[in-house]
Amino acid sequence: MSALIETARAAHGDVGGPAQPLLSVRGLVKHFPLKRDPLSRKRGGNAVRAVDGVDFDVKKGETLGVVGESGCGKSTTARLVMQLIAQDRGELVFDGMAVGSRALALREFRRQTQMVFQDSYSSLNPRMTIEDSVAFGPLVHGTPRNDAIAVARGLLGRVGLEPQRFAGRYPHELSGGQRQRVNIARALALHPRLVILDEAVSALDKSVEAQVLNLLLDLKDDFGLTYMFISHDLNVVRYISDRVMVMYLGEVVELGSVDQVFDAPRHPYTQALLRSMPSMEPGQRTESAPLSGDPPNPIDPPSGCRFHTRCAQARAVCAQQAPDLARQSDGHAVRCLIHQPDSGYAASGALA
Amino acid sequence: MTSAPQPLVRIRNLEVAFQAGAKTVHALNGVNLEVGRGEAVALIGESGSGKSVTLRALMRLHPPRRTRIRGEMQVDGRDVLAMSPRELAAMRGPVVSMVFQEPLLALDPVYTVGRQIEEMVRRHTGKTAAQARAQALSLFERVRIPSPERRLQAYPHEMSGGMRQRAMIALALSCNPKVLLADEPTTALDATVQIQILLLLRELQRELGLSIVFVTHDIGAAAEIADRVAVMYGGRIVEQGTVADLLRAPRHPYTQALLKGRAHGAMRKGQRLETIPGAPPDLAALPPGCSFAPRCGLAQPRCQAAVPSIEPVAPGHEVRCIRVAETQ
Repeated sequence: MSALIETARAAHGDVGGPAQPLLSVRGLVKHFPLKRDPLSRKRGGNAVRAVDGVDFDVKKGETLGVVGESGCGKSTTARLVMQLIAQDRGELVFDGMAVGSRALALREFRRQTQMVFQDSYSSLNPRMTIEDSVAFGPLVHGTPRNDAIAVARGLLGRVGLEPQRFAGRYPHELSGGQRQRVNIARALALHPRLVILDEAVSALDKSVEAQVLNLLLDLKDDFGLTYMFISHDLNVVRYISDRVMVMYLGEVVELGSVDQVFDAPRHPYTQALLRSMPSMEPGQRTESAPLSGDPPNPIDPPSGCRFHTRCAQARAVCAQQAPDLARQSDGHAVRCLIHQPDSGYAASGALA
Repeated sequence: MTSAPQPLVRIRNLEVAFQAGAKTVHALNGVNLEVGRGEAVALIGESGSGKSVTLRALMRLHPPRRTRIRGEMQVDGRDVLAMSPRELAAMRGPVVSMVFQEPLLALDPVYTVGRQIEEMVRRHTGKTAAQARAQALSLFERVRIPSPERRLQAYPHEMSGGMRQRAMIALALSCNPKVLLADEPTTALDATVQIQILLLLRELQRELGLSIVFVTHDIGAAAEIADRVAVMYGGRIVEQGTVADLLRAPRHPYTQALLKGRAHGAMRKGQRLETIPGAPPDLAALPPGCSFAPRCGLAQPRCQAAVPSIEPVAPGHEVRCIRVAETQ
């Protein structure tokens, strides 16, 4: 087992040293064009503005949590980072090298970045044994078959599935928690540096979820991994993350350390999101909903600040001026006019 | 919580088994549950613990040919198991109605939501089309759907998730039921919308005197809505009591482990979660005795000898564990 970890660490090939972010995402944009409605008189095609100008860094060895409501673009961001879909604009820089450039070909980038999805069943090939599924990546990347199988068996053991008992099984012969362990083992088979976990524990029962979260923490230490952890479960994100990114309608609205975001949220959306968590104290039940309605449609996002239609603190200026993601002196970044001194928010009248 | 002499829902020794090929799946193995008038009870548990099966059994929604139901179920003093198909149809809606997890699957995609509500009202009350339309509108206002006139004309796919769940609740309320069964109604929703739906259900419970049975795997949602909580495991209720009892002084080892295994705000960074080893039991091959014994830290050989009975530890707080004296 320790030999496995040694090869994994050796395969990393850190380039820029610990201070350089493992991944820098700049100006990422992805719009999904809609089919034109033949009966509509409107000209020009509309698009779902799923990801609309997203910037963030993932530091080496950290866990970056990503939260937000459905439709806010968290999964699209993950798929763009993984290059499963191509961005319209924006660039990804992995350890100082532009992804897809001559320094870092897509194939090599994909070896170093792996992903675990929410649905453990549909992400495994039902006609392959789990051992073959885990060995598949190394085989494709040129590892001899016997070595690939040995790696797969080692990893299955590491994620808590004894190879003697489980290696020859098919996905339908495993429980949801066991299948997600297989997916995690498969993600690690190529010795990646960045693992994207997109709602990876959301479909699991609570008692199994706790087991998998512990496993993820152990693997991160053993293999020196960096995680991007996407979830709608705020408790889990708080537990596992070092820094947290909050998204709303395709934009990053707040980014900071887990303590900054959870203990002193600055964006009104983050504040409302946190207050929406059920109270575990029967004497102090939530009495009014922090936010009303559903998130607006990302096809036609509101003008100005995208949150102004649901924001209790919105003023007239919020409907006109789009705030920037402003990084403050303590490293806590917020996209809100209240926190931009020259924004005119203080002088602005009430929202019409 | 309630001291009403006659509970609205009374379930005694309910056993439900499904025939699946050569296997018999014992989904419920002796469930006892009472729900008072105007009371909200949450059933919590993991998948396969029997919480949804209990709800569906109460409306007799399981396919009769493959399902064996034994025990007693009474709603509003009437025996549900003795009802003819005609009586069942008359009960579903005006007495007991249900809200499902995924309204997109529960609503009919080819009719507008308004039309579905009108149909239900006319079928059960014999009102005229105009009266039914007026009632659909007032129901939409009741569940706070914005611009209700326009929304009644919408098809289910044209609504957002939260709006659909509100429409589903309006449909369930259309015949003034006494009991609302809610099967994970907020699981598929975002946190910001989930709390809105929970608050709506609480308001309906208070203002209409509705009894609610709320099935969830999320202890947080249960804490927001329920007066009483019943924890299910392996097709049995292993602990029940008030929300405060369960959250502050859980006594069954499973409930205790479930609460400890939750990631929560007060945790130190890097602190490991306490986990329950193993996986929930296979309902086609339940272990003898206590079904949690194979995963329980307190298990002894005698735990596997016979199924422990559920015993009171305090007024209104019952636990199914023979070592309950040691779990304090």
